[in-house]
Amino acid sequence: MKIWMAMAAALALSVSAGAAQAADKLKACWVYVGPVGDFGYSYQHDQGRKAVEKELGDKVETVFLENVAEGPDAERAIERLAREGCKIIFTTSFGFMDPTIKVAAKYPDIKFEHATGYKMADNVAIYNARFYEGRYVMGQVAAKMSKTGVAGYIVSFPIPEVVMGINAFMLGAQSVNPDFKIKIVWVNSWYDPGKEADAAKVLFGQGADIMVQHTDSTAPLQIAEEQGKLGFGQSSDMIKFAPKAQLSANTDDWDPYYVARVKAVLDSTWKSGSTWGGMKDGMVVLSPFTNMPDDVKKMAEDSVAKIKSGELLPFTGPITKQDGTTVGEAGKSLPDEELLGMNYYIKGIDDKLPQ
Amino acid sequence: MNELLSIVLTIITAATPLLLASIGELVVERSGVLNLGVEGMMAVGAVCGFGAALMTGSPLVGVLAAIAAGVILSMLFGFLTLTMVSNQVATGLALTLLGLGLAGMIGEGFVGQPGVKLEKISIPGLTGIPFIGPVLFGQDLLVYVSLIIVAATSYVLFRTKTGLIIRAVGDSHQSAHALGYSVIGVRYLCVMFGGACSGLAGGYLSLVYTPQWVENMTAGRGWIALALVVFASWLPWRLAIGAYLFGTITILGFSLQAVGIGIPSQLLSSLPYVVTILALVVISGNRALTRANTPACLGQPFVPDR
Repeated sequence: MKIWMAMAAALALSVSAGAAQAADKLKACWVYVGPVGDFGYSYQHDQGRKAVEKELGDKVETVFLENVAEGPDAERAIERLAREGCKIIFTTSFGFMDPTIKVAAKYPDIKFEHATGYKMADNVAIYNARFYEGRYVMGQVAAKMSKTGVAGYIVSFPIPEVVMGINAFMLGAQSVNPDFKIKIVWVNSWYDPGKEADAAKVLFGQGADIMVQHTDSTAPLQIAEEQGKLGFGQSSDMIKFAPKAQLSANTDDWDPYYVARVKAVLDSTWKSGSTWGGMKDGMVVLSPFTNMPDDVKKMAEDSVAKIKSGELLPFTGPITKQDGTTVGEAGKSLPDEELLGMNYYIKGIDDKLPQ
Repeated sequence: MNELLSIVLTIITAATPLLLASIGELVVERSGVLNLGVEGMMAVGAVCGFGAALMTGSPLVGVLAAIAAGVILSMLFGFLTLTMVSNQVATGLALTLLGLGLAGMIGEGFVGQPGVKLEKISIPGLTGIPFIGPVLFGQDLLVYVSLIIVAATSYVLFRTKTGLIIRAVGDSHQSAHALGYSVIGVRYLCVMFGGACSGLAGGYLSLVYTPQWVENMTAGRGWIALALVVFASWLPWRLAIGAYLFGTITILGFSLQAVGIGIPSQLLSSLPYVVTILALVVISGNRALTRANTPACLGQPFVPDR
């Protein structure tokens, strides 16, 4: 399996990096962890790349590498882009963090941008999206729409980002129905349509009637559609797969960020920094609310507006953890560092967090 | 009852693609050829099946296209390893890479499009029986096909002359050759049968399991199928037990998680592998029988001396 992935990555490298060169254009490059055809996370980043091409036209040339395995392979891939004349390189997965920092140290004139990590340098900026804002609103909608009061939640790996999402969802749900329950299944994969479908079937079989996922395929939502249940899309708007089941989808929109950052390099105004954008910045977008009555839709839209204005902070303290202790100051959001290292469930979640 | 029914139905869907892919590979290996390209053939089968069904609107056409795609890819493997006598392991691995890449390329336009689903059958009067009805008489066509293939393979391999020839070619190609059988010809047919089954398994993923096309949707199932063949010691019915056991443990793992009793999910994820291997090792405890069933010429190239 490992060998196969490494070889697949090597193959992907040799195939997709073959774009033509042009000396006077700025070369902007992307490294993806998955295939651009996943219709999820990597797909969404690639939409951003296409937006850059569209927006800046002749001034840029873009290159991407897909299916790059996290780890030593990534370093080779990134370095190769650096040597090939890329002036700005976006590395879009958490596991590319250390490779990015290493390569950046060797090429001080090239700008690097790393998504979802926390290590920075003079020529390495970091960016991420506040996905949890969308999940809070999803929780509210789920609690309103569920008849059984139970949502099924399919998740990948117990990293802070995912745990944060579960907690935000629950906080949203509890704000509507304090007794709301979720059943959680970890499939230990970001992307395995078959497993995700199996998990969805099992969860529906156990009484959940709303499906939430933090994995990347459309499979769980398709099962919801098939069984006449409801669910939320992930990363991309998946309404085509579940016209009667999708309530909304928590999507990432990297387009404006990518356009702005590439432009900054063109204008020589690029600076390293940390961007954690949310709904307000248009980086997290909930796709249209569908398959719900008007009052629920209105509640959801109001929440979105309040989150945008800063009136509603999903993680407002004090928050009670599963073990009964509390965190956060009253009336204030948990600080970003606390969120980025979140490794506990909030009260009301019956599952045990895998460590 | 309903919960149990949903679990049983989910298990059947999870086991069928594994069974389809592995039964084909079993025949290939019985003829002495090791084709590691199952994953690649599945991927191409999945994308071609999906595409054909989408364009014609008929899932049955999709099924046929998936089979055809698997066969074509396996013929390439056959040409390289049987005619050109290239290394089977290396060629098989290359076939996986080629298949995954090719599938991604063919499928570029299909990403994000809902597919056509092969519906479950319904027999008036029978499908309506509680529990037994939906389990026995309400599956999709391919579930029955997979079981029929297992039964037929078992019969042909061990009860017919054809099976004897296939096993002879796999056990001692020189002797089979000396007896006047076309070793290469038999192997070509077996490799193509394997391709057809792998393609069908891929089609099952994109037409029944999750009717959609996305890259890497096979997610390693081809490798599991390969392992099942070895652990079932090349016996069709054991293979069926292995595939269903694997599916059962996977689904039970999810159920346990959803109940929320706090068993680490990593452990539950690894259980299907552990339990299936253990179970098959235990039932193949008779080592003489295992040795007798291992194709002696597995992976060895055959060059007829002229």
